[in-house]
Order: sequence, then structure tokens, then C-alpha cells
Amino acid sequence: MRRWPSSTYGARAGSNRGTTLELRLAITSHAARIDRLGLLLSLVGAAAYGGLPFVIFKANRIVPGEPRELAQVLPAWAALGLPAVLLLTALVAIGIADARRRLTAAFGAIGVLALTVAAAANALTPVGNKVVRVAPGAAFWVVLICLGLLATDAITRLRPRPLTRVLLLALCIGGGIAALLHGPFDNLSVMREYAVNAGRFEVELLRHIRLAAGSLLAAVIVALPLGILCHRTPRLRSAVLGTLNVIQTIPAIALFGILMAPLGALAAAWPVAAALGIRGIGAAPAAVALFLYALLPIVANTVVGLRRVSRAAVDAAAGMGMTAAQVLARIELPLALPVILAGIRVVLVQNIGMVTIAALIGGGGLGTFVFQGIGQTAIDLVLLGAIPTVVLAFSASVLLDALIEALERTPSGPLESAA
Amino acid sequence: MIQIENLSKQYGATTVVDGVSLSIERNSIAVIVGTSGSGKSTLLRMINRLVEPTSGRVLLDGADTRSEPAHLLRRRIGYAIQGHGLFPHRTVAENVATVPRLLGWPQDRIRARVRELLQIFQLDPALYADAFPHQLSGGQQQRVGVARALAAEPAVLLMDEPFGALDPIIRAKAQEDLLEIQRRFGTTMVLVTHDMDEAFRLGHRVAVMSQGRVLQYDRPAVLLTNPADPFVARMTGISDRALKLLALTTAGEAAMPGSSDGPKVASSASLREVLSELLWSGARSAQVVEEGGAVRGELSIATILARARP
Repeated sequence: MRRWPSSTYGARAGSNRGTTLELRLAITSHAARIDRLGLLLSLVGAAAYGGLPFVIFKANRIVPGEPRELAQVLPAWAALGLPAVLLLTALVAIGIADARRRLTAAFGAIGVLALTVAAAANALTPVGNKVVRVAPGAAFWVVLICLGLLATDAITRLRPRPLTRVLLLALCIGGGIAALLHGPFDNLSVMREYAVNAGRFEVELLRHIRLAAGSLLAAVIVALPLGILCHRTPRLRSAVLGTLNVIQTIPAIALFGILMAPLGALAAAWPVAAALGIRGIGAAPAAVALFLYALLPIVANTVVGLRRVSRAAVDAAAGMGMTAAQVLARIELPLALPVILAGIRVVLVQNIGMVTIAALIGGGGLGTFVFQGIGQTAIDLVLLGAIPTVVLAFSASVLLDALIEALERTPSGPLESAA
Repeated sequence: MIQIENLSKQYGATTVVDGVSLSIERNSIAVIVGTSGSGKSTLLRMINRLVEPTSGRVLLDGADTRSEPAHLLRRRIGYAIQGHGLFPHRTVAENVATVPRLLGWPQDRIRARVRELLQIFQLDPALYADAFPHQLSGGQQQRVGVARALAAEPAVLLMDEPFGALDPIIRAKAQEDLLEIQRRFGTTMVLVTHDMDEAFRLGHRVAVMSQGRVLQYDRPAVLLTNPADPFVARMTGISDRALKLLALTTAGEAAMPGSSDGPKVASSASLREVLSELLWSGARSAQVVEEGGAVRGELSIATILARARP
């Protein structure tokens, strides 16, 4: 299915042939002591750091940038500090198995990486100059992604409880935002774009969240009863799922276009509708399209979740005198909930991504910056829209995964025999 | 007492249950036995209206079961099924408390009742009350299923192949426990099975069903000695019917005054078991003793053989 979960936000580690070969040799000879993921990330990070530019200098926001070496920009101790820290982190990643130390090393290195790029930006920007742009280069991004993967892997190995994961996420995002707003990052190109658009950023961010969450909420309200109905009436099931499948195959842009005509006509015929914000372009067609896309995953997962519920349990519940509503509320829905939530998780992540496209038809949201940036060939403005979108989608996925796991968490394994 | 009067169920043109009339006495166990597709489960499910009859009626202590809403009726009737049907997201205690909660019992009473039932079914409350069903063995799950069915002290208990998923040894134990429970609470039980041995072991009266009709409804001994129909004879088993008949009588019931120097047998043992013991040991007679050790009497092979004929 076309736009189902594509949750692989993060790195596509560019591998060159030589690196892979060396890696394979290393793995076969030292498999016992060496951490394979750590080695891979270290090699990719080292290759990027050695071969790609770390900072890009632009005389203004539109001209092509030129790479700058750290050594030219920063005092020697600062220029050498970063590679030293990265080397240390690589050694930890390759040789130390303890997940807490790996996590500490990854977070520490991310901090140093960010401070170094900020220092470079400050050094390259003449005081008071608002035209010059200094952007992190490809090496910065690749190393950042490698460190992020190292941290994610360490967290996975620690197997934190769902609540701990959510707290950790909140801490990371809160810390990141506080650092960006109050730290020494003002001269970085993305933060320059933010400074210019600060008022609009907040508006579009909220609009983005409102559009994604609102269409999800509407979809849940419709899809949950529809899924229950489909579960009860098999004939309805194939018709409904078939129709929703067809909707799912329409490309988003095409669906926006299809919706423009009827919604525009509606607004023209009913001034009330227009007053409520229903128009051929803008947020209305975007919300309707997102709503339509959201139906299939929720209806399908509701049907699957309900079908998974043991028939014997449902029969026993009815046989002991629960009413149909009680059987649904106390037995069927609680047992189907993890599967239904998995569908909602897919929809939320998908929605957050797709709202970006809604900006094309005036729907607003962070996509506004992306498309403006593309129009002005201002890559920093694109990033101002794209990075928060990725962070939002990632957070939604972590939050709902934690919720699903918390719901499924019942004691497992045999009882300790006391008798 | 349960009276089933001329009960039928049709799905479209198919008749699943065809004009069945049965009367099940208070404090007794009735077993409905038949091949798969004979309509036995449908008949059982019409008693608590999980299936609504097409025609006919069911009287519970004289009152038509349709005189109250189906879910209220079901709360008064225990219901246990094959594969136990426990709620996997609820603890053992919550499972057992299902019907008392539906009935709105006070918390204290529910807690005390759950404790009592778990103890009766040999499940230590301290260990099992807060366990989840998947943490129990098959036999324990089945016991929780029956305990849950009995939680609100129903006068009637319906069971649909309750021991179908158990292995033979655990099943025999479960059957004994059920008889013990029935004696203790005097619950009227209706049990559906396809296993004739189980029917004979548990049933005071057994109904043999085929193609939606009850062919014969009588005491096990009568089914063996006087089958109403070739199908009933086939179901009860012609080749070993003498031994099955012996299995229906206990040594205590058949013992004659006197004593024997042969092997000692418990008065609760069936004549079939006593005969087997005598054949094995080569003795002519056995000494029947009570549980406490007192001599009940003696049983000779001749006495036993006389009981193996109608």
C-alpha cells in the first residue's frame, strides 16, 4: 500500500565499496570484541568528516555556498577538540558494550558537535552582519545522524519502560529547543531564517499540529464505529475496505485537486459554509483529504483487532449475561485496542508528513516554509520547515509506541510455584 | 427444574433442533450427547437464549425464560464452555468476579466469594488471584472457567464440552471435581459432550441426540440395557456394553454381607474396576472396605457377573 508507515526517518548511510570490504574483514577477524554497529557508524562518520565540508559559508542566503575548513575558522584547540571528542566516541562505540556509557558518549558528542558548528558560525559572521549565512555542511549532518543512531541504539539496549521513553523524549526535545533559543546558535543559517520568521513559525507549527491531529480525531470518530460495523457485517466489510483502498491509491495532490471543485461549489452555494472556512483551497480540502486517507488504516486495524479477539471469550461474556454494549466495551475493544492504536499511530505519522503538502493549496503548516524555500532556492528555509516536521513525526511515533506497549504490558511467564 | 417443551430451531430451510422436549430435575445432572452437527450445542444455547428458539419454550422453575430480558436471565444461569473462554486481559480474580459485578454485589461480598471459590477449586488465592489466565496450566484455566460460571451461586449451570480441551488424566480429575461440586451445592447441571464415557460417568440422565432430535433420554443403565434405537445402541457401544454397565455400579452398592480374604477394594470403586482386580489377582472374591477402613462386605465374581446382564 502506497503511503503506509514509512517510519525510517534518519540515515541512509552512504557506503562506499572500500569501506564495506574493510568492515567485513574487521568483523570476521574480531567479531567477539568489536561492536559491529559501532564500527559501521564510526567508519561512516569518519569518512564523512574526512571527505565532506563541515561548514558552508554564503555571502547571502541565495548565492551558492563555499565550504570552509574548521582549522581556518576556529582557534587550534577548538578545531582539534571536535575530532578528538569524535575519536573518543568512536572508541566507545566500537569497544564498550555498556549501554549507559554509549548513550552518555553519544549525547556528549552531539553537544560538542553543535557547539563547534555554532562557534564556527559566530567566527565567520562579522558582528552585526545580517546578510551572511553560515550553514552546517554535509559532514555535520552525517556525523549528527551517526551519533543519533548510536544514541537510539543505546536507548533500545537499555529497554526503558514506556513512561521513561516518553520522559526521555520530552527531555531531549525540551533541551534541544532551549539550547537553540537561548544558546549560541543565533548565527546559524536555519536560526537566521527562524529569527526572520519567528512569529509565523509558531503560527504555522500550531496550524500543522491542529491539521494533523484534527483530521485524525475526525477520522477516529468515523472509522472506529465503521470498523465495528464492518466486523459485525462481513458483506459491508469488503465494500467499505475496497472503497477506502481506492481512496488510498489516489495521490495526495490529485485528491486535493479533486476536492477543490466540490468544496468550492459548496462555498459558493452556501455562504454559511464559506463563513465556516470551507473553500476550494486552504485548510478545508487539506483536512478532508487527510481525513479520507486516515480512514483505511483505522478501519482496517479495528476489523483486524476485533477479529483477533478470542471467540470463546466473547461467547462466554455474552453467556454470562453481558449486554452487547458491555461485551463491546469490556471485552472486545480493550482486547483490540493495541491493534487499533497501531493503526492510529500509522495515521498520525502519515498525517504529520502529509500536512506539509497541504501548504501547496494554501492549507498552511510547516510545508509553507518548505515550498517558499524551494521557490526562493533558500535551502535554509526548507530546513526550517522540514526539520520540525521530522521531529514531530518521530515524537508522535515514540509517544504512541509507548502507549501501545504500556497497554499490552501484562505480567508474562509462569508463576513462581509456592506449593 | 428445567422443562424444555417442543423446542425447535431453524436456520432458513435447515432444521438444527427439531421438536425437542426434555425435563431436567432439580439437583441432577443431565448430559446431552451426540455427534457433531446433531444440534446438541444449539439445544443448550437455547436454554439461556444465546440462541433464540424458532418455536417451543423453556420453563425455568415454571416460568417461561422469555419473561425477562435475555441478559438478566443469563446472569442467573452459569455458563462454561470448551476452551474456558477466560478474559485474557483480566486477572483470575476479576474473571471469577464477572457475574457478581454485573449483578452489583458489594465489593466485600465479591472478594469473599472469589476467595472461597478459588479455594474450592484448589487454587491458592494468594498465588493465583492476581495471575493472568495465560500464566495458568490448561487444567487450572478450566477450573477457573467453572469457578467463574458458579460465582453468583446460580441454581442452573450449563456447560458446553467443558473438558473437551483437556488431556485424559486431567479430564478424569475435572470430572470427579465436578461431581463433588454438584453434590456440595446441589446445582442443576446440563452438560453437552460427544464423549459417551463422559456422559455415563457424569449424567444422572443422558439424552442421545441425532439430526436435531432426541432419540432417547433416560438413565445410563437403561440406555445400555434397553436402547430405543439402533443409533443409540451404536452410540453406547455394543461390543463392551457389559463392562460399561458394570462401570455404572459401585462396589459399595453391590456388596453382599460377609467377608473375604481376597484383595481389598474401596466401596467407591466401580464393579468394572473390582472385576479387573479379581481377574488380575486370580482371587474369587474381594473384601469391600469403607473409606475409614470398616468392612462393608464381600463381592464374588458371580455377584459381579450377575450385574453385567440386563
